[in-house]
Parts: sequence; C-alpha cells; structure tokens
Amino acid sequence: MTTAMTTAAGTAAPAKPATMAQALRRALRDAMADDPAVHVLGEDVGTLGGVFRITDGLAAEFGDDRCTDTPLAEAGILGAAVGMAMYGLRPVVEMQFDAFAYPAFEQLFSHVARMRNRTRGAMPLPITVRVPYGGGIGGVEHHSDSSEAYYMATPGLQVVTPATVDDAYGLLRAAIASDDPVVFLEPKRLYWSKADWSPDAPAAVAPLGRAAVRRRGSSATLITYGPSVPVCLEAAEAATAEGWDLEVVDLRSLVPFDDETVCASVRRTGRAVVVHEATGFGGPGGEIAARVTERCFHHLEAPVLRVTGFDIPYPPPMLERHHLPGVDRVLDAVARLQWEAAN
Amino acid sequence: MRKSSSTTVQELPGSAAYRPTPPPAWRPRTDPAPLLPDPEPFRVLGTAAAAAADPELLLTLYTQLVRGRRYNTQATALTKQGRLAVYPSSTGQEACEVAAALVLREQDWLFPSYRDTLAAVARGLDPVQALTLLRGDWHTGYDPYEHRIAPLCTPLATQLPHAVGLAHAARLKGDDVVALALVGDGGTSEGDFHEALNFAAVWRAPVVFLVQNNGFAISVPLAKQTAAPSLAHKAVGYGMPGRLVDGNDAPAVHQVLSEAVERARSGGGPTLVEAVTYRMDAHTNADDATRYRGDADVETWREHDPILLLERELTARGLLDDGHRRTVADGAEEMAALLRERMNADPVLDPMDLFAEVYAERTGQLGEQADLLRAELAAEAPEATGDPGAGAGGPRGDEGDAR
Ligand SMILES: Cc1ncc(C[n+]2csc(CCOP(=O)(O)OP(=O)(O)O)c2C)c(N)n1
Repeated sequence: MTTAMTTAAGTAAPAKPATMAQALRRALRDAMADDPAVHVLGEDVGTLGGVFRITDGLAAEFGDDRCTDTPLAEAGILGAAVGMAMYGLRPVVEMQFDAFAYPAFEQLFSHVARMRNRTRGAMPLPITVRVPYGGGIGGVEHHSDSSEAYYMATPGLQVVTPATVDDAYGLLRAAIASDDPVVFLEPKRLYWSKADWSPDAPAAVAPLGRAAVRRRGSSATLITYGPSVPVCLEAAEAATAEGWDLEVVDLRSLVPFDDETVCASVRRTGRAVVVHEATGFGGPGGEIAARVTERCFHHLEAPVLRVTGFDIPYPPPMLERHHLPGVDRVLDAVARLQWEAAN
Repeated sequence: MRKSSSTTVQELPGSAAYRPTPPPAWRPRTDPAPLLPDPEPFRVLGTAAAAAADPELLLTLYTQLVRGRRYNTQATALTKQGRLAVYPSSTGQEACEVAAALVLREQDWLFPSYRDTLAAVARGLDPVQALTLLRGDWHTGYDPYEHRIAPLCTPLATQLPHAVGLAHAARLKGDDVVALALVGDGGTSEGDFHEALNFAAVWRAPVVFLVQNNGFAISVPLAKQTAAPSLAHKAVGYGMPGRLVDGNDAPAVHQVLSEAVERARSGGGPTLVEAVTYRMDAHTNADDATRYRGDADVETWREHDPILLLERELTARGLLDDGHRRTVADGAEEMAALLRERMNADPVLDPMDLFAEVYAERTGQLGEQADLLRAELAAEAPEATGDPGAGAGGPRGDEGDAR
C-alpha cells in the first residue's frame, strides 16, 4: 500500500499509477541528477533507452558520456566499469538479459566482488549491475534465467531484487548509493506491474538488507522475493478459504540477508515455505531453509519446505507455466505443513 | 610527425649496436599484406565479372532469394498472428543466408545465430523444425547431426569457438569437413569472437567466419561498435585473410565464400568474410526501429535489394523472362502457404518432456519433480496426460525422448 509521499522538500506529491519500469527509470534519473559521478552504460541504453526502456531519456538529458551505448561485450562493459569506479565514478551497468550477463561473470567474480577485500579497503567498487531476470514473459531460450544463486554464492556482492514499484525506486537508489557492488535483479515480469506511486523521490531510501512483511499472518510464513512475491500474496489470499492465515515476507535483499525479520516471523508462525522460481537444488531456498532451521529449530512445527522451479534448464515458453511455481504449488506446500497429521 | 614507413625511425648514432637481434619467434610470421581486405567490397553484379558468371548458379541463387524473401515475410506475418513468439527477420540479407547454405557440401557444418533460420532452411532443414525455437515449443527443433546444422545460437558469438573446435576435431580425424559460422556485426565485439578467430588461425582450422554487417546491433550503429576500418580488417591481427564483399550481391557472396571454404578444405586455414548488407526490418518484431534510424536510410537500401540486383542482371542477359519469374514466385508462394498451414496447427506438447534429456540418466530429484508434475497434470485433465503411470520417480522413467 502506497500513499502520497512527502518529499525531502516537504511538498506532498500526489500518488499516481506508475509501473515498476517507470520507477526504475526515475531512480536512475534522480541518481544521475544528484551525483555527477553516476554513469550508466550498456548495450542499447542510449538512443533506444534500453530494450525495456528503463534508461529512456537519460542520454538525451545527461549526454552520451553519462549514458553510454557501449560495444556489444558484457565482459568489456563490466571490466570498463571496474576501471571507471577505480577512478571515482559510480557506474550503473545494464546487462540486457539474465543469460547475457554470463560473459561478464569473470569480471564480476574475479574483480568486482573482491576488489575491496584484496586491496584491504583501499579500492572499493561502487558498481551497480542491473540484470533483468526471471521468466513468465514468453521469452525464448536465454531470456528467462534466474541466476541469483550464482551471485549469492560470491562473497563481496550484494544481491537485491525489488517486488514493488516503491521498492524498485528505493532499492535502486540505495544500490547506486552503496559503496559496495550490488547485483540488482529486476524481475522482468513485474516491469509493467502498477501501483500508486509518488513520482517525487520518497524521502527515505530503504537501506539494503531489510526484508519487508507484505502480509501479516499467524499460521505460516511464506519467504519469498522478486517475481514470486505477488504469487505468494495471491496464495495467501486463497489460503484463507482453507483456514490458513499466511504471513508473506519479501526478502528484497538476498545478500545481506535479513535473518532478524525472517526469523521473527517464523518464530511466531512456527512454519515456513520458501518460494522462488530459480531451480531448487543448490538454489537460494536451500540456504534460506538452512538458516531458518538453524535459528528457529525449536519453534518449528514442520520442516521448512521449498517451492521452486524444477531442476532443469529453463524451458521453452510454451512449457514455462509448468515450471514456474504458481499459486497451486504454494498451496500444496502449505497443506504439507500439517506435519503432525501427515506423520 | 608520423611517417608510414618504419625506415623513418630516427636512430641516435651508435644506438643500433645496442638493439638485440630479435629471436625468430619475435618476428612477424606472416606478411600482413595478402591478408588485408580490398578497400571496396567485392562485387560481381554490375561488373564485367557478371557476364562470366554461370547462368545456372545465378538462376539457383535467384530462386533461393525469392523463396527466402517469401519465407521471411511469412514468418514475420506469423508473429503478428501470435504463431511465433518472436522472429528476427533476415529480409535484405537473403543473399548472405542463401550463399552460406549453398557453398557447403553435405559433410560440412553450419553454425547459425538466431537470425539465420533462413540459412538453415536453405540448407534443407524443415522450416517448421527451424522455427521451433522462435515458436517456443522447444529450444532446438531438430537433430543437429541430421543436416549438420548446430543449434540456432542466441548468446552472441558463442557459436564461433564451437565451429573452430568442430573443424579442428574433423581435421584431427582426417575428415574433409569445413565449418561455416555466422555472426552479426555486433557479435564481433564479444570476447568469444576474438578467441575463436585466434584459435582458428593458430590451429589453421578449416573454418570460415561470415560476418553479416547489417548496420546495427539492435539500436547501435556500426560506428559505435568498432573503430576498425572494416570488420574484415580484424582478420589481419589474428593472421588470417579478411575479405570484404557486397552482401546484397548474391553471386559475389557465393564466390567469396566458396573460395574461403575451398581454401579451408585444402588446408589453407580460416578466413574472415565481412558481407556489407542492411537489415530492412526491425531487429525483431518486438523492436521499434524508428527510435534509432530514419525511413530515408531504409529507402536508400531498397535500391540495393539483393533480389532486384540479381533480377536486373538476369533480365539483361536474357536468362529470366516473365514466365520463369512467375514460376519462381509461384513456387515461393506454395512454400509459404504450406508453412502457414503447418504453423497454424498448435504443436502437441507433453509437459513431461521437461524432465527428459536433462541428464542421460535421470536423477532421483528429477524423478520426484516429474511425479509432482504428473500429479498436477492428472488433476488438471485426468484423461489428457496419456501417462501409463509406470516407473514413478526412478531414473529414466517412462517419458522417453524430449522430441
Ligand atoms: C551475449 C549476448 N549479449 C546480448 C544479447 C542480446 N542481443 C540479442 S541480438 C543483439 C544485437 C546483435 O547484433 P548483431 O550482432 O549485429 O546481429 P544482428 O542482430 O544485427 O543480426 C543483442 C544485443 C545476446 N543475444 N547475447
């Protein structure tokens, strides 16, 4: 629920329907306006405004040097961003699609993630890597991957993913302001989701690393993030018919991980299901379930369950609905939380 | 004040005595001059060479171009009807696509990108199988070994090292195989492009790289992609010949590629061919080309339409009359009608195929997930799953092959 925000200047800004894409664009624009060190670079980010139009108008407003169409080479883009950051800029890199970020992994893992550590803090890299990710948009091969586990497994990277229009703005501002590198995962099937949102900057930019409770409930906690948040909210509504009162926690940030909010919720409800569309085996849910179990074991009435994509390469669009965890699969898991009865 | 010749380097008196004689490995091993492309793209049409061109080849090229154009317009229409998820059209680039298919022998391999459905079809692949990726029913709709066509490749330039490796392996086995790999102008900026060219040259692999320079990588024009004099010039740095050809001149593309293929086959090593052409349609049906280019540019290129250019030559030489033209057009129309009809049927898909061919032996975890999906499908439509219900969960259950 978003209401009219009060801007830093103190004037009330009316909330109007806005898409997540618009909020992201606005965040980039405001960050560039506030800080001349912020530079946007990537494939097609200039004249075209990005294939999802997130950078639309930035080159016109700030010039080609601030919003730069690069040659088509992800390793080059991120590698150049490393050098730019070394020299005091704050590069915001756009990777066109999840699976096209892979050529840049060498730079990301070998340099971006560990530069602060290897230089004993002398050379932090304030780089934001924006990656549209996830499925559900009918994309052909290589356009629907959920790669968050790779990023999460790399120390030195922060991994952030918004699920609401508000957070798209606030978290991207926070990511760009962060002095450490952030992999900013944009759930592309929520790009066109709408909410009433103030076009003026919210006064407070959310700190990274805090989860948000999206729905209060008492009988179990759904722990989720990004594109699966709306799925879980819908499941929670549907579950009321079965007498389940579900709490929905939106992680927003996978690294750093908000143990406090998650565990406070699970301790109250005693049951938890982790929901995401990335594959399950070796996926983010395993880490989350382990943490919850380690910290909340004595409060748990049932094992922490996972509802995830299947452990297969992302399927072609005509079959993706069978792969993506939907409301029914979440509800089935919730039903399985009646552990005592089942065993 | 730089002069072009190295003899102009001013040496201090006596300094030469301190310069070590470079060991042999330091000296350039190849004279770059023969590797350099001509400054102008090679042309046949409109030159004296056209008169000497084999009429049969010209007519074959013509027929294939017309069919190729019709294929492109038909596939584009299928996107509007929602029959294809996406189609990256090669309208305007048909001469490159068709020539790439025609210069290869049966034992050779083609390594196409997502834009090169037409090259695959011109090589003999069933058009519906070629469109599977773009329709969205499977990632690769054909057995690559059947026609020796690697899967249509979406990540840019990543197919190029594969082509090098395959060609190298074939040569190690003593087979007479050439690999022809297609890539766009944008793809030449990727690291994989550079690594592939370097490997190919060092190994003298029987590979031909064809860059279809169609002016844009989505919205980014060539001038923002490279500062090289031409993309063909890039070859020299790796030690292979670079060839520049008019990509809208079908006999010219055919000739340059044939020479490169034969050179590779005879042990002469790789060649980089840049075909200068133009993408007449938007990047894909999802792209708005008016954001980054004007109609005037597109109109200019219409005058260099590959079909128009060849038709002019054929007509002038009396090789093509209205009757023949109609026969060719009718053939293309028939092909399009058949394609339309076949694509209008919904593909019959078995969701259980999701678990087939992930591994040679299905893992236990996948077996469990297959059980879950099977139960869901049974709940959706009890009769429709066609599931014999056997072998629940075990490795390599009852679903058989993915295709
Ligand atoms: C590694 C990688 N990065 C980005 C993309 C997204 N993408 C698809 S096509 C394209 C432009 C390619 O241009 P070019 O190589 O000139 O080929 P063309 O599409 O013009 O045939 C881009 C950036 C991709 N497919 N792969």
